[in-house]
Amino acid sequence: MTSRWMQMSWAALRGTMTILVTLLGLLLLTFIIGRVMPVDPARLLVGEDASQAAYEQAVVRLGLDRPVPEQFLRYVGDLLQGNFGISLRTGQPVATDIARALPATIELATFAVLIGAGLGIPLGVIAAVNRNRALDHIVRVVTLIGHSMPIFWIGMIGLIIFYAMLGWVSGGGRISDYYIGLVPEVTGFLLIDSLLAGDWDVFWDALNHIVLPASILGYASMAYITRMTRSFMLDQLSQEYVTTARVKGLSVRQAVWRHAFMNIRVQLVTIVALAYGGLLEGAVLIETVFGWPGFGQYMTNNMLIGDMNAVMTCVLIVGVVFVGLNLLSDILYRLFDPRTR
Amino acid sequence: MTVSSNALPAAKASLRRTFRDEAGRMLRRLLSNPATAFGLCVIVILVLAAIFAPLLMTHNPLAQNLSNILKAPSAENWFGTDELGRDVYSRLIAGTRITLTIIGLVSIIVAPIGLVIGTTAGYFGGWYDTAMMRITDIFLSFPGLILSLAFVAALGPNLNNAIIAIALTSWPPIARLARAETLILRSADYISAAHLLGASPLRILVKSIVPMCLPSVLIRVTLSMATVILTAAGLGFLGLGAQPPTPEWGAMIATGRNYMLESWWLVTFPGAAILLVSLSFNLVGDGLRDVLDPKNR
Repeated sequence: MTSRWMQMSWAALRGTMTILVTLLGLLLLTFIIGRVMPVDPARLLVGEDASQAAYEQAVVRLGLDRPVPEQFLRYVGDLLQGNFGISLRTGQPVATDIARALPATIELATFAVLIGAGLGIPLGVIAAVNRNRALDHIVRVVTLIGHSMPIFWIGMIGLIIFYAMLGWVSGGGRISDYYIGLVPEVTGFLLIDSLLAGDWDVFWDALNHIVLPASILGYASMAYITRMTRSFMLDQLSQEYVTTARVKGLSVRQAVWRHAFMNIRVQLVTIVALAYGGLLEGAVLIETVFGWPGFGQYMTNNMLIGDMNAVMTCVLIVGVVFVGLNLLSDILYRLFDPRTR
Repeated sequence: MTVSSNALPAAKASLRRTFRDEAGRMLRRLLSNPATAFGLCVIVILVLAAIFAPLLMTHNPLAQNLSNILKAPSAENWFGTDELGRDVYSRLIAGTRITLTIIGLVSIIVAPIGLVIGTTAGYFGGWYDTAMMRITDIFLSFPGLILSLAFVAALGPNLNNAIIAIALTSWPPIARLARAETLILRSADYISAAHLLGASPLRILVKSIVPMCLPSVLIRVTLSMATVILTAAGLGFLGLGAQPPTPEWGAMIATGRNYMLESWWLVTFPGAAILLVSLSFNLVGDGLRDVLDPKNR
């Protein structure tokens, strides 16, 4: 018992160390990328016409006159205190800016992953059960297109068809201008806030705005989830307990859903978690197309003007979210898969 | 002595023959799958279009004609004209060269980096292996597009930097693969034999390990081309890759976006081209995996 406990804590310690090293590496990487940037942050801060004295003052204030290793330590120290620097463009702390942009992205990504998992898991199971038959091939084509499409382009085609031609959905943005600020901000998620306020007009308007970008992002994550579900299910269906269940007289449906599917739930949770992280990548492009005021748009806007404080913080956040999701799926695996105990 | 000096070339020739037979068998199996055959066809057409681009273009892709702007597809301009009166079809054809350049350069950069890091890490092991795999993990903990964005932002937005950025973000999976293969090979008898004969680690790596890793690495590179194309197009779309007036497909969509609600052809055709090429690489990659996966034999 004691030795097992020792083993477990040793494994946990090793895992934590690995995570810490990875995080430190992330910091080093973003720091290095930030340093390579040809834009001079001090110049950006004081403006082109500033005097030499003001410029040098800014250099000292930003710590750019210090040796590089010291700058890195200060960078890490600042981040540990939750100080991500000032956005050179807006003059606001980057943390404030991002905190304001994040709910929009989380709302979009959550909506998308619900669509992706809701369609992807059943489709993957159906494809696996009908392996190499027509249904499987159709699902395969649909998911391959999902893998191969340039997501920003599908976004535009969607806007052309469903907004300009059919008029079924609203265009860019999160909500129509005349509804802005009508419901009190509680969670930052417009769909939930408007429900809490009981304002159905706002809810309907917000839904009209989110449904197209979320469906397109959802399609991309559906492609991934379907493929993984299919291959997990194929692994299970080839095993003997499924045959046994059938021989015992269970129907195909029962053998598939009650037995085989139960065994891939843990794997599916980890896959959905990873898909959720992957949506951050798609969000950068989709938010640009739909003028969605979220994290991705904030990142690209600042990138184009060379505001590296903001950009590197965004990159760092994505990295940390990914490491976190990987860790989470690892923990889920250990907790729920009896074989790893 | 004479026997062996005759036997060796004969054995080599026989090996080469077997190899050729095997390759032919694989190609036939690849083509017997209609989806893979379709993918291969599209890639061949892409290459041909790039080679013969000057013959296929009906207009100069950069020539502006301000009296003929935003015209719908017609017999004169097959895919219409853009906001400066340039022929979209000709720009699309010119874009095949850029797409192929991106694919080619990324492969040329990525395969050696991945091979060197992966095989040395797997062969030498120890702290060097740990350090290399940590670095690989750090790169893998970003989605490709985000990391490429960061690199391009740092290096400055243009096509060359976009290619460098994409290459910098696509080597980790290759290194992982090469390392895994090397770990299996390392304990093989013929490696021990080479070691006992006094071969240096460098010689073993170059002569015995790298050639064995090469096929799977090449397939992995092919598979990642679909992602590379999408990332390059995404960078172009965000204004961080190829810059106007370069007829890169992603950049064409970016400028076409301002007129898309009235002139659908500006974004539709370049996007369809990206989708088609990326889909084809996915199809070929899938087919290759099916043919090469021993479980399917």
